[in-house]
Amino acid sequence: MGWLDALLGRSKPVKPNLDALFALPSAVVTLQAATGLTPTGLGSVAFRAAEGGAFATLERDVKALLGERVEESDDGYGYTWLLVRRAPDALSDLVTELHAVNSSLESAGFGPSLLCSLVSFAAPDDGRRLAVVYLYKRGTFYPFAPLSGQRRDNALELQARGVLEGELPLEKDLSRWFPVWGAPGL
Amino acid sequence: MRTRFASDRGLTSRMVVTMFLLGLLYVVFVGVLIALGVRALTVLVLAGGLLLVQYFLSDRIALFAMGGREVSPQEAPELHGLIDRLCALADMPKPRVAIAESDVPNAFATGRNQKNAVVCVTTGILRRLEPQELEGVLAHELSHVAHRDVAVMTIASFLGIVAGLMTRFALYTGLGGRRNGGQGGVPIGLIIVLVSVIVYAISFLLTRALSRYRELAADRAGALLTQRPSALASALVKITGDMARIPTRDLREAEPFNAFYFAPALAPGETLANLFSTHPRLERRLEQLTNISKQLGRG
Repeated sequence: MGWLDALLGRSKPVKPNLDALFALPSAVVTLQAATGLTPTGLGSVAFRAAEGGAFATLERDVKALLGERVEESDDGYGYTWLLVRRAPDALSDLVTELHAVNSSLESAGFGPSLLCSLVSFAAPDDGRRLAVVYLYKRGTFYPFAPLSGQRRDNALELQARGVLEGELPLEKDLSRWFPVWGAPGL
Repeated sequence: MRTRFASDRGLTSRMVVTMFLLGLLYVVFVGVLIALGVRALTVLVLAGGLLLVQYFLSDRIALFAMGGREVSPQEAPELHGLIDRLCALADMPKPRVAIAESDVPNAFATGRNQKNAVVCVTTGILRRLEPQELEGVLAHELSHVAHRDVAVMTIASFLGIVAGLMTRFALYTGLGGRRNGGQGGVPIGLIIVLVSVIVYAISFLLTRALSRYRELAADRAGALLTQRPSALASALVKITGDMARIPTRDLREAEPFNAFYFAPALAPGETLANLFSTHPRLERRLEQLTNISKQLGRG
């Protein structure tokens, strides 16, 4: 936002960056080699459902387009999550599907509604879990590793940051690494 | 690609006119002071100093005065969760989060820029509002931060401070100092007092108008951010309805900070002329939110 918009008090909703998501599949190979975490085949998109008929129509269209392949749920903060399931090794397929949701929202003029998207990973042997969260408005990624009882495994998150640094645009401002407790697909 | 989030041209142009008039008044006032040959520089430096203190300490002053305490994500996970998500949607850095122990249902944002911003809510508002309504209120406050309202309103009120100081300055020095050693003629101090009082009155009205426009702008930006204008409207109705029932002692403490508030805390039975108020009338705010709601719902 420019200083003129700030001065005149007319901040506009920010448009999302959809393309960086496609960098994910190639980065996963590196992540897997360095940490032993493998994709679970689950990914989800979180967006804000606007009030009114226009968005309700759009939501119906998106669900018709993706059919049975997505599961819808609401979180306690008023965002809608669409969960996509794919085979664990078909990650690029999963990303394409997430992109289908994004682009239909954007083409209907609701691009600013997109909050974040996540793809989840797990270590089969020791139960570690990690989600790579994509922030649409920043075009950046960050790792989120939940432990039981709303605690975060910061060590694993920072380790993942080190691994992914060269592969993905990572969020530099750590205060924007917000926790997505109980997100579908985690 | 189309957008559903149009800006309000009427509001923008009213704001520009107000700012222009304030700027014009400022130039004229300084011009008059210089023409009268007063030590205007002393007053300007003094007022500038006050302004800088207010500007740089705004977050701490407001938090201290309201008894707000910064809370960590562990202490208030829901509040932090709401703000985290709103900041991600709006692409802005996360402000500090504080809670004030007060039954007055209100919220305010302060701080000179996005990095030093604090958003504070009272326990009264947390108790009364549903999560969706609270989110609307927080989005309104975050818009104040994004619009840098502390900086804008501090600069806008500068003129009022200068005029007020000028009046006192002239009164203390005894209205004396006639021009050219003073044989007859009007005392120069009297002219200064008159000019300052007039400037003060006009700048007061203009600043208040500007404040109301900026509230409307924050309502608008907040509603577009959450895309639930009706939740914000319902929060407004709830809070302003509750305002009449709050204890008076708390109100007196809160009043000096009305300008940074979500809804002003008016003492029961008190009616202020619209011209003097820092916030627009409830009906005006609701009307705008209804329009945004219609705009969003259009297919």
